[in-house]
Amino acid sequence: MTALGKLLRTTAFRLALAYLLVFATLSTVVLAYVAWHANALIAAQLNATVDAEITGLAEQYRQGGIRKLVAVVEERSNRSSQGTLYLLTTAQGDVLAGNLQAIPGASLAEAGEREIPYQRVGENSVAPYPAVVRVFVLPGGYRLLVGRDTEERERLSAVIANAVQWSLGLVVVFGLAGGVFVARRVLRRLDAMTETSRTIMAGDLSGRLAVTGSDDEFDRLAQATNAMLDRINELMAGLKEVSDNIAHDLKTPLTRLRNRAEAALRAAHGDEEWQAAMEQIISDSEGMIRIFDALLLIARAESGGARGQISEVDVAEVARGVVELYEPLAEERGATLTVDAPASIRVLGNRELIGQLVANLVENALNYGASEGRPGEVTVSASASETEARIVVADRGPGIPPQDRSRAMERFVRLDTSRSRPGSGLGLALAAAVARLHGGALTLEDNGPGLRATLSLPRAADAILAPAETAKLPPPAAAE
Amino acid sequence: MTNSMKLLIVEDDREAAAYVVKALTEAGHVADHAADGLDGYALATGSNYDVLVIDRMLPKLDGLSLIGRLRAEGLKTPVLILSALGQVDDRVQGLRAGGDDYLTKPYAFAELLARVEALSRRGGPAAAETVYRVGDLELDRLSHTVTRAGQDIPLQPREFRLLEYLMRNAGQVVTRTMLLENVWDYHFDPQTNVIDVHVSRLRSKIDKGFDKQLLHTVRGAGYMIRDGAR
Repeated sequence: MTALGKLLRTTAFRLALAYLLVFATLSTVVLAYVAWHANALIAAQLNATVDAEITGLAEQYRQGGIRKLVAVVEERSNRSSQGTLYLLTTAQGDVLAGNLQAIPGASLAEAGEREIPYQRVGENSVAPYPAVVRVFVLPGGYRLLVGRDTEERERLSAVIANAVQWSLGLVVVFGLAGGVFVARRVLRRLDAMTETSRTIMAGDLSGRLAVTGSDDEFDRLAQATNAMLDRINELMAGLKEVSDNIAHDLKTPLTRLRNRAEAALRAAHGDEEWQAAMEQIISDSEGMIRIFDALLLIARAESGGARGQISEVDVAEVARGVVELYEPLAEERGATLTVDAPASIRVLGNRELIGQLVANLVENALNYGASEGRPGEVTVSASASETEARIVVADRGPGIPPQDRSRAMERFVRLDTSRSRPGSGLGLALAAAVARLHGGALTLEDNGPGLRATLSLPRAADAILAPAETAKLPPPAAAE
Repeated sequence: MTNSMKLLIVEDDREAAAYVVKALTEAGHVADHAADGLDGYALATGSNYDVLVIDRMLPKLDGLSLIGRLRAEGLKTPVLILSALGQVDDRVQGLRAGGDDYLTKPYAFAELLARVEALSRRGGPAAAETVYRVGDLELDRLSHTVTRAGQDIPLQPREFRLLEYLMRNAGQVVTRTMLLENVWDYHFDPQTNVIDVHVSRLRSKIDKGFDKQLLHTVRGAGYMIRDGAR
């Protein structure tokens, strides 16, 4: 029952049922129309025959009077085995001639056309047949009745009724069978899909819907769903990696924080030591807050959530501004920081994020772009073509080996394995996320020697305003 | 230091609110506390505060709606928004809603105090003055000149703006992020001590060679420019 019930509840089956109803109604209407017209045609034919007979008999009567009429009716009654009925009676209803048994006087009382049941002469056993008759009142009160059996008409009606039954029967049978067939086919595909979806929902994200290769609507649905599952899988992998990294990279400073507090509690003597310990603890927690902020910002940028404040940004001005901000710091470290930018390059974007991105790149270049005995040499340049704006931050330091470049833009990856220099490992990841948010890209290249980080941002407004752009972003872990 | 301020803290976390109220009282100010948006509304409209500190996420009436209501009624009291959110968009949203400054949680109390004090002076007499004076240091906002003891001190445009901001808040602690926001118009937190380098450069120009130091570093908070005699 459940299997059948399920079948009957499918849309395909219901659709088949609806069509069945429509076709059954249609064929009934067509056949009824045919029957009605055929009936009318036959009736007209009957009338014409009767009319012809009457015309003939009237002629005989005019020529030879009642005697002649009796003779002719007598003769035709005997001859006509086919279906024409005759009856000639006196005014009192006595039969003079004819092939009909006497019929009730009322039927003969008035002239006109009517349908009556009749019985032929000598046919007592059978039930009366229906007939169409016309009655004439002749001079002298004689009644002449001419009629025709309607059996032919009845037969035709029967044939049509039969046809209606058969066609309805066939429509129902084929319709039901077709409906069941289609519904079962659909059901089988859908059941397979539902089953796969359930296993996926149960946690097996590697499951995929079957694609038959017929490229029908089910295939397309399956392909789209599979693509969605791939994307979800990627996101899940990214999420897992991030949470692993968060666990690792936040637990480390948390442990340090705790150790410091414990050490202070155990061993600190005097206000000065206490103060120093507390300050160190505060500074440690600030570092952690910074990591949190960066992570949140990356997450926001990647989900497209931070795109709200989009306005016209002059990236040349941003480049100059950031260089101006960091120039004293560079000088203090004995490094050089120079900028080369045209008067103005306008793109659509978030000034705050682009500024932070360039600041991150400059900080990286200043922190990691100096080699032993060789002061840092950082250049920031901005340029533009018709389609994109570019900001290049280049240093002359040790650079990043080619195989590590894409990894360097992942979250928490610090190529400086000793972790001796400050940094959360989020700077480049954040920069890459911001670049993608703007529909652009961050690329790391060899500066021979040194690192050359290029931020390219599209200048066309639609590139950033199309929300689809972020949906296509590869997760940072998979970015190659 | 400055005149005592009357403040309203609208914050649903009682522990955090109690800490802030206590710390503000220790700093010589008077602080009231409201635990939800409606209480905050009643208090803010009922008495005269110098600055309102309003958390974004509040029960009954959220922070931004509260600010919207107060502004709709013509209340011009400066508002500092506190938020656990704090990304770029949220800040802009908060300022659009009628807030005057935005501070993200968790924050250092020194940061809160410095910002609240700066807000209370906003639109005060200093904003209208064309010449700022601290000791023998003079900054003329119209001619863009700086002199100390009558001696001309040439400054870069950005150094001038830095000094201008410090002097407008003379006698007050100014934090590094306040400087970054108000002088450079950036709201991110640089990982390195860029601001310190700028300030020490400025210091070398205005204080070097003079007996009395005017530009002071306030440990754990930021900077302050003041005449040592005060």
